[in-house]
Amino acid sequence: MTGGGPAHGPELTATAAAGDSPQSAGVAGSVASTGAPISEGTPSFWAKLSKSSPLVALILQRLALSVALLFAVSLMIFGGVEALPGDFATTYLGQSATPQAIENIRKDLGLDQPATTRYVKWLGGALQGDFGKSWASKNSVSEQIGKRLGNSLFLAFFAAIISVPLAVGLGMLAVQFRNRLPDKIINVVSLAAISLPEFFVGYLLILFFAVQLGVATFPATVYDSMTIGQRLSAIALPTATLVLVVLAHMMRMTRAAILNVMSSAYVETAELKGLSGLRIIAKHAAPNALAPVINVIALNLAYLVVGVVVVEVVFVYPGMGQYMVDAVTVRDMPVVQACGLIFAAFYIFLNMFADILAIIANPRLRHPR
Amino acid sequence: MTDYTKYLTDQVSLGKMNRREFMGRAAAFGVTLAVAGTMFDTAAKAQEPKRGGNLKLGLEGAAATDSKDPAKALSQFMFVVNRNWGDMLVESEPLTGQPVPALAESWEPSADASTWTFNIRKGVKFHDGKELTVDDVIKTLQRHTDEKSESGALGVMKSIKEIKADGDKLVLVLSEGNADLPLLLTDYHLVIQPNGGLDDPNAMIGTGPFKVTSFEAGVRATFERNKDDWRQDRGYVDTVEMIAMNDATARIAALSSGQVHYINRVDPKTVDLLKRAPTVEILSTSGRGHYVFIMHANTAPFDNNDLRLALKYAMDRETMLEKVLGGYGKVGNDFPINETYALFPEGIEQRAYDPDKAAFHYKKSGHSGSVLLRTSDVAFPGAVDAAVLYQESAKKAGIEIEVKREPGDGYWSNVWNVQPFSTSYWGGRPTQDQMYSTAYLSTADWNDTRFLRPDFDKILLEARSELDEAKRKDMYRTMAMMVRDEGGLILPMFNDFVNACSKQVKGYVHDIGNDMSNGFVATRVWLDA
Repeated sequence: MTGGGPAHGPELTATAAAGDSPQSAGVAGSVASTGAPISEGTPSFWAKLSKSSPLVALILQRLALSVALLFAVSLMIFGGVEALPGDFATTYLGQSATPQAIENIRKDLGLDQPATTRYVKWLGGALQGDFGKSWASKNSVSEQIGKRLGNSLFLAFFAAIISVPLAVGLGMLAVQFRNRLPDKIINVVSLAAISLPEFFVGYLLILFFAVQLGVATFPATVYDSMTIGQRLSAIALPTATLVLVVLAHMMRMTRAAILNVMSSAYVETAELKGLSGLRIIAKHAAPNALAPVINVIALNLAYLVVGVVVVEVVFVYPGMGQYMVDAVTVRDMPVVQACGLIFAAFYIFLNMFADILAIIANPRLRHPR
Repeated sequence: MTDYTKYLTDQVSLGKMNRREFMGRAAAFGVTLAVAGTMFDTAAKAQEPKRGGNLKLGLEGAAATDSKDPAKALSQFMFVVNRNWGDMLVESEPLTGQPVPALAESWEPSADASTWTFNIRKGVKFHDGKELTVDDVIKTLQRHTDEKSESGALGVMKSIKEIKADGDKLVLVLSEGNADLPLLLTDYHLVIQPNGGLDDPNAMIGTGPFKVTSFEAGVRATFERNKDDWRQDRGYVDTVEMIAMNDATARIAALSSGQVHYINRVDPKTVDLLKRAPTVEILSTSGRGHYVFIMHANTAPFDNNDLRLALKYAMDRETMLEKVLGGYGKVGNDFPINETYALFPEGIEQRAYDPDKAAFHYKKSGHSGSVLLRTSDVAFPGAVDAAVLYQESAKKAGIEIEVKREPGDGYWSNVWNVQPFSTSYWGGRPTQDQMYSTAYLSTADWNDTRFLRPDFDKILLEARSELDEAKRKDMYRTMAMMVRDEGGLILPMFNDFVNACSKQVKGYVHDIGNDMSNGFVATRVWLDA
């Protein structure tokens, strides 16, 4: 399924962009121009651009689409939170709500105004880069998110720089020893790791390394006054957990993609030339297997940033996930919106990046027939 | 020395009991005060409070949305945070629940208990160096009572009609007499702030034993000892570090690996496992919180008292206490008061599981078909299990209960106090009067059993301004019996507060007022290296 990513991109965007956003004209035009030239008469700037430097055109098109998508996401988040039972005033006060206190909070936050008014107001602020203040804590959303996002990226970064090379390396190793003992060990261990729920992997690591051996730092709470060394020691266990969780997916995709290429004729030629197994894999097979692998890596990287709330809770790590869940629980709209947009932006950006890389890696994708 | 007094002195030596607690218990056992005092001193010599150290607490209940404004404190975490840096006018005695002076040195009611005069303590300094004045107190109380207030104490403060100064004294005028007013002022929202917090409600400047050094909502809070504290018998550790730990297993792991000294909310299901850890001590304190099954007494089919009685008799309280709370609690008797309250009406017969009586009343009620019970685990931990247990015990009486599991999200706004039969939780209140006024008075917002009884209301209001304790106690008995036998409340159990600490922690006070030593855990304990 993942191999289809880049090839599907333009088609999907064509349907998505056909509608309502102000950017849609340019975007639809571009899709048409990449598909079939519109008219012979006056080649537009866009048509010229997509002919001379298709990559730049693609990036521009994707960026425009991203903005439209983010807009749609913000609408959906707003609608979703509106549809949830109870508003901020009732959920924040919970069981201790009194009618008067609810009334006061609603008035204070303007919750008595219609939903459309509130959305437009929020959008106006967001377009100027002002995400407002958290309704609950009255702190600036941007400031709070800055800190939390930094924490999330810090953890994701270290999990990524360990897991990605490890997964690709192990995948190549598995191909080299395919259907032999090392391949089987790698497969079983990584499958076991992915099959265990992430919180359970976390608990196991805590049990052995923090409680019984006492060598690891727990809880993994990070805060301002920590040195970088303390921070690294704090995130050791959550990083290990994340690595175990994402490893198998990427490793198996690498293995499958390379195996696919390994059956082609030019690899046979290389073998006949007398090249060593690992050299064939690394130099000849791997580059042609890059596209699907990059896509899986992108998906896993996105997961490392936006999908790790369970790991955050288990390790008491102050990341974005926990922040957003706290906000949704009390319907703290400005925070939910900002978190949602950042998460969406990450997905969009990483997917775009993966597509571009795949196209660079495979020139055939640059010139669709 | 009897076994019990030996036990008490041992507790003192182990640092598990302070003087107040010891004296209270020993006196209750018939030891004269003078003797008890000597006994305490002997036992306590081994255990003088030690100063110093960094106390680390791993607590459940924090969220990124927590507000620094004490008026909006809701979570367990903020409850303790505010206790660390702030003081109320009045505190409650840990063992008896009686009001004891804090920032108010003493107080005097008028004859009808409707006007109260408080002497505000002198020479107390806020963390920013300003001296506490009666004006700060007045502004604080006003901020919690005015019409725009978003304070959690708004309900408690409603009865105060006028707040004014008389020289350097505080005068409160109530709309009607209330003998319990000082206890209302123990509410944890009512932290006295400079200028009432009107300048900056989020400043976290107070008169408490610890100064806030850092605070990140939903993550962590740190404190250092307030060297100018007006009290010497608290704030023993140099620094306090509070870490938000919302995962029960993470808290247990942190405690048993020695990373924190104290955790709250130990799951009754795992408490026996945690007990095995050699460095850990379980702290179980009886409380006033109770798990309830509530029927709207004015809504069909629950408007039939025979059906209500049938459902009450169909509750197997002992099993439920054992299964849901692991034994950490006491069985309830279908009225919301237990022996930790002052003027508790003793000797009311305990209602027990009786399928025959349940079947009898069920038949008499003429109800047929199943009864729909809505529940969710946010109602109380294990509420869904409890509902299923109840379904089983009711089945033996021939009553069919249909359990519907509701989403936890929005439970308090959509199910509780809305649907006619649901599970819920009540935290205790400082007084019987307040408990009944909050949830059993006809006009109460939170009358979640729709208990609409003018005769009950009348007794409640009479009891409130009654200064003769014997008469008052008698009134409370009548009220308890009305709720127990005619109300819509099924109260299977009162839960204990189950927390745990490392054995380094000494001087923990079991406070009936509320969880975590009534929030004062960090200010009362010390560390034994």
